[in-house]
Parts: sequence; C-alpha cells; structure tokens
Amino acid sequence: MTPILQINSLKASVNGMPILKGVDLTVNTGELHAIMGPNGSGKSTLAAVLAGREDYEVDAGSILYQGADLLEMEVDERAREGLFLAFQYPVELPGVSMMNFLKTAVNSVREHRGLRPLGAAALLRLAREKAALIHLDSRLKKRSVNEGFSGGEKKRNEIFQLAMLEPRLAILDETDSGLDIDALRNVADGVNGLRTNDRAFVVITHYQRLLDYIIPDFVHVMYDGCIVMSGGKELALELEARGYDWISENGVPA
Amino acid sequence: MARGTRQDDVEARFIEAHHRLFGPGLNGEPGFLHNLRQKAIGRFGSMGFPSKKDEAWKYTSLRGILRTPLAVAPDCTAPPPSVRAIHGLDAHIGVFVNGRLHAGLSVLASLPAGVTIAGLGDAPPALVAAHLARQADFRGHAFVALNTAFLSDGAFVHVPDGTVLDKPVHLIHVISGRAPTLAQPRTLVIAGTGAQVNLIDTISADLAAPSLVNSVTEVFVAAGARVARFEVQDPAAHVSLVTALSAYQLQDSHFQNNSFTFGGQVVRNNIAMLPDAAGCETLLHGLFIARGRAHVDNHTLVDHAKPDCYSAENYRGILDDRATGVFNGKVLVRQDAQRINAYQSNKSIVLSNTARMFAKPELEIYADDVKCSHGATTGQLDAEALFYLRARGLTMPQARTLMLQAFARDIVDKVPIEPLRSVLDERIAAILAR
Repeated sequence: MTPILQINSLKASVNGMPILKGVDLTVNTGELHAIMGPNGSGKSTLAAVLAGREDYEVDAGSILYQGADLLEMEVDERAREGLFLAFQYPVELPGVSMMNFLKTAVNSVREHRGLRPLGAAALLRLAREKAALIHLDSRLKKRSVNEGFSGGEKKRNEIFQLAMLEPRLAILDETDSGLDIDALRNVADGVNGLRTNDRAFVVITHYQRLLDYIIPDFVHVMYDGCIVMSGGKELALELEARGYDWISENGVPA
Repeated sequence: MARGTRQDDVEARFIEAHHRLFGPGLNGEPGFLHNLRQKAIGRFGSMGFPSKKDEAWKYTSLRGILRTPLAVAPDCTAPPPSVRAIHGLDAHIGVFVNGRLHAGLSVLASLPAGVTIAGLGDAPPALVAAHLARQADFRGHAFVALNTAFLSDGAFVHVPDGTVLDKPVHLIHVISGRAPTLAQPRTLVIAGTGAQVNLIDTISADLAAPSLVNSVTEVFVAAGARVARFEVQDPAAHVSLVTALSAYQLQDSHFQNNSFTFGGQVVRNNIAMLPDAAGCETLLHGLFIARGRAHVDNHTLVDHAKPDCYSAENYRGILDDRATGVFNGKVLVRQDAQRINAYQSNKSIVLSNTARMFAKPELEIYADDVKCSHGATTGQLDAEALFYLRARGLTMPQARTLMLQAFARDIVDKVPIEPLRSVLDERIAAILAR
C-alpha cells in the first residue's frame, strides 16, 4: 500500500486563532476515510488547508502528498497534481459557461499529465458520460457554472467535476449537507462509482447518514482540532447512537 | 470664457486652417453647407476647447494631442490602409476613405431598392439639409463644432419608410496619414417610419504619428423605426478618439447603441439621446478594456422630453496598469415626461492599484411619476471565485481571463450579429491574454 497523503502534527490557525492543534492522518491509495466531528472541530479547516486556502496559516507540522511537500505547492498546482476539493459552498460563476470551464480545467490537468488536450466533441462525449453517472441534468451543462443551481444541483455538480477531472485524492467537504435523500443517494452513487484502487477519498461529514451509502474503510473523529478516535465503519454507527457528547465525556484530552 | 494666450494658439491653428481650406467661397457646394461651416467655426472660436475647469471634462484632457500641430486635410499621398471587414459577416459595406465613399472597396450590390448608402455629397440634398447638424449640437460642443466646421463629406445611410434591412450595414471609415493628423469622420443615418436597420461602425486607421480622430454621428429614428448601432473602437495606442453620437427618436421607436472600446490613448465618447415622443425605447450598452496609460471616458445623456418612454444603460469596464476610466451618465426627465422608466448600471473591475475609475450617475428629474434607478460598482475580481477556479487546476492568469471574459459577456451577448460577436470574443480573449 502506498500512502498518498501523510499529515504529521499539523497545526493551523485563522487570524491568529489556532484551529488545528496537531492532526495526524495517513491515507493510502484506494482507501476511503471519513472524518466526522461536531461543528467547529476543525474538519473544514483541514479541507481548506489541504486545498491551499490562503487565509489559513500553517503554524507547524507537514503534509506529504504523493511524497512531495504539499504546502509548497500553489492551489492550482495541487489540483493539477490530482488533488480535488468538493466545496461545501460551491461558488456561482455568472457568465462562465459550464463547458468552457470544464474544457479549461480538464485540459490544464491533462496537459500537466502529458496528455493531449480534448477537443470540443470529445469533451462533450466525456461530459455526457460522466453526467449520467451522477444523474446530473444535462441541461445544466448549458448554463453558467452553478448559477441558479439548487443546493442539490451544486453538490452534484461538484461530484460531476470530480468525475471529469479524475483526481488521485478527492476531499469531500460536507458534500451531504443540505441534501435531500434522493440527492444524497445520487451523490453517493457517484462517489461509489468513482472509487478505484488508484484513487483515495477523504469524506468530511457531520452526520453518519452519508456513510450508510458510502461505506468508509476508516472513520476518524475530530474534536477541538485533533483526531481523537479512529476506527472502522462501525465507529460511525457508534457515534450516531451515542452522539458527539460521548467523545467529550470519555476523557478526550482538552 | 476667458482663455490664456497659449490655449488660444491651439484653437487659432484650427481657425487658420479653416480659413485656408474654406475661406474663399462656395466652390459649387450647396450654400447651406458653406453657411453651416462658417457658423460652426464661429462657435468653435468663441467656445474654444473645453478645459479641466469644465465639469464635463474634469477627468479628461486632450491637451497633449491638441498641442501637436495636426494636419486637417486628408493626406492623399499616404498608401491606403487595408480595410478590415468582419470575417463571415454578410453585410452591405460602405467604405469611406478619408470621408469619401470608395465604390471599389464597398459592397453595395445587394442593397434593396430605395436604400441609400452614399457619401454625404451624393446624398439627396433635401434629406441632408433636413437632418445634417440638427441632432449633433455644434453650438454647445467644441468638438462637434470643429467637426462641423471642416465638414465636406461623410457617410450617409437612408433606410426609407417601411423598409426592413435583413443584412446589417457596415460602415468602415478608413483613415490614413503619416504626419500627426486630425481626422473627422461624419455620419448621418436616417431611418424612415417603421424602418429597421442594424448598423456596424468601425474605423480602419493607419496613422503613423500621434493623431486625433474626432467623429460625429447623427441618427434620426422616425416613428416605429428600430435602429441598433454597434461601434468597435480599437485605434492604436498613440491615437486619441473623441466621438459624438446624437440620436433623435420619434414615437414608438427603438434605438440602441453598443460601443466596444479596446484601444486608443484618450477616448471620449459623448452620447446624447433625445427620445422626443411617447413610447420610445433607448438602450445604451458599452464595454471598455483599458490598459497601459489609456484613458476611456463615456459621457451619456438621455433627455426624456416626452412621457411613457423607457431607457436603460449598461456600461462595463476593465482597467489595468495605470489606465483611467470615467463614466458619467446623465438622465434628464423633463416636467411633462411622466411614466418614464430609466435604468442605469455601471460596473468596473480594477485590476491594479494604479488604475482608477470615476463613476458618476446624474439623475435630474422634474416629473413626479417616474421610475429611475442607477447602480455603480467598482471592485476587484471575486477572490472566492478565483480560488474555486484555481482549485480546478486553472492558473491564476487562466482564472482571471475566464472571469473577465464572463464579466464582458453581459455586454457582448447583447450583440445579435453572430460574426461580430465572434470577432469581439476573439479580440477580448487576445487582449486579456496579453
């Protein structure tokens, strides 16, 4: 097994306020890790630091991605190297057409991998195939990126982009939040269809519900900026049954 | 207005040139043209060029180019520049070389009967006399006066009553000169009752030295007529441009102007709309991209003199480096002009710390039953949107270009002529990729 992501003693802050207080996590290729935890525990901060958001300051620790120092890489470089973040709040881009956006994104990633850029016809074919996979309304492809999309459509669009860009490591930041049960199933179907031996997932979620459909290999619980518990998929069920209070009551280091 | 001696020198050069060219007499021309020129040079002489003390010219100065001695007569020895037609556009093309219709370069074979595209000198004198210098105010504007004072020929378009032109009309003004030049294109467009025309206006300039183009366009839109005009301004960085567009609208007519400014040193567009009857619709759209030390100033006036009209303005600008942009949009609603809907929007993106944008909406309303609104925003590209694009693998320049193209698209998409839209898209992409 090859580690694709190695996070060592990561500490990060926003505006001088420490959020991550020493995170350790190793993700191997082919694995799907779920990170659960109450609001404010640092889950989304971890996703933001991995994607390279500038307003997050890394104070200590290291992140190795495919053996290289991730923190030295620009946001777009990380993406071209195969790291994908599905946004918790996907951004609306009025006037940027879906196809033009996909073409630019897909071809910049392909170029980086030494592949020939896709022409309009090939891209359209690929988009049709991938959209079907996650039940994305094909009419959305004719619109501006996320503009006027419903909450569910925006989240499905994130998974659609994931499918188009074929990353090595995908981080899903609360992709299940705000989804009804049908949209949740579509998103889960999409993710399950994209699980391969050479791709890893980190699924960040507040609720266990998503993990009924996406079965994780590992579950980690974040609390106050640290991963305080790790286990198999049964840990998610235990958390569901006992609630997050169970963690604090069980003598978690403060 | 009292003016200093140095400033007078600038005006005096043009007045002297006018006497040299037009002093002796009529030369067989219609008397009214001679009289018009005399009146115009008189007005020019008493007004002089505007200075920064004039509120309307607070941000924009053409002193630099006006201090340069400029040739006012066409340079016939300069080789004619290549004429840039729009790729894939099926249009009636009128090419005007230094103001005169060039039959060989024009494409007018399929012009429907009754429609005229000609030089002003060959146009029906009664129509010219009835409309020329009626809309563009040479009494109040020095640059219009200067253009009118040197008026001898220009572009003339007449679409008679009830005629709908399926193909657009493309007017190409060809200007050339080796020495510093003052070129003054003049255009008169008359759309008869119920007539419809799409009009594209471009300049193909080959000016080796710093020069000034001072153009005047007058449009008469009769009752029920629809005129849409598309102007692409893309002169070299050492060429300045002052334009005046005046449209006069009658009952239930529609006029829209779409201006695209991509080049030039100092560009000043003066747009004056007079919807002078009920039921008129007036749309003004503009996009400019200014880089380097370019200065682009759009001054618009919609004078709602009559009730039940609609006007909307949408201007967008992208500024980089040390460029300056100005938008001054005045909407005047006169006392009897009830039930007017007038909207105005001006959005700018400033990409550098040294670029500046001055936006000034001016609503002057004397009627009580009106709906008017304006909004002006000046800002930078949305950081969250840039991050989103970069998180998908786009480099910073790619992400910026994509977002700026999206910003421009709002205006470009208002162009219903596909080949023109493609040309604009390509040009914008090329400029933004630089």
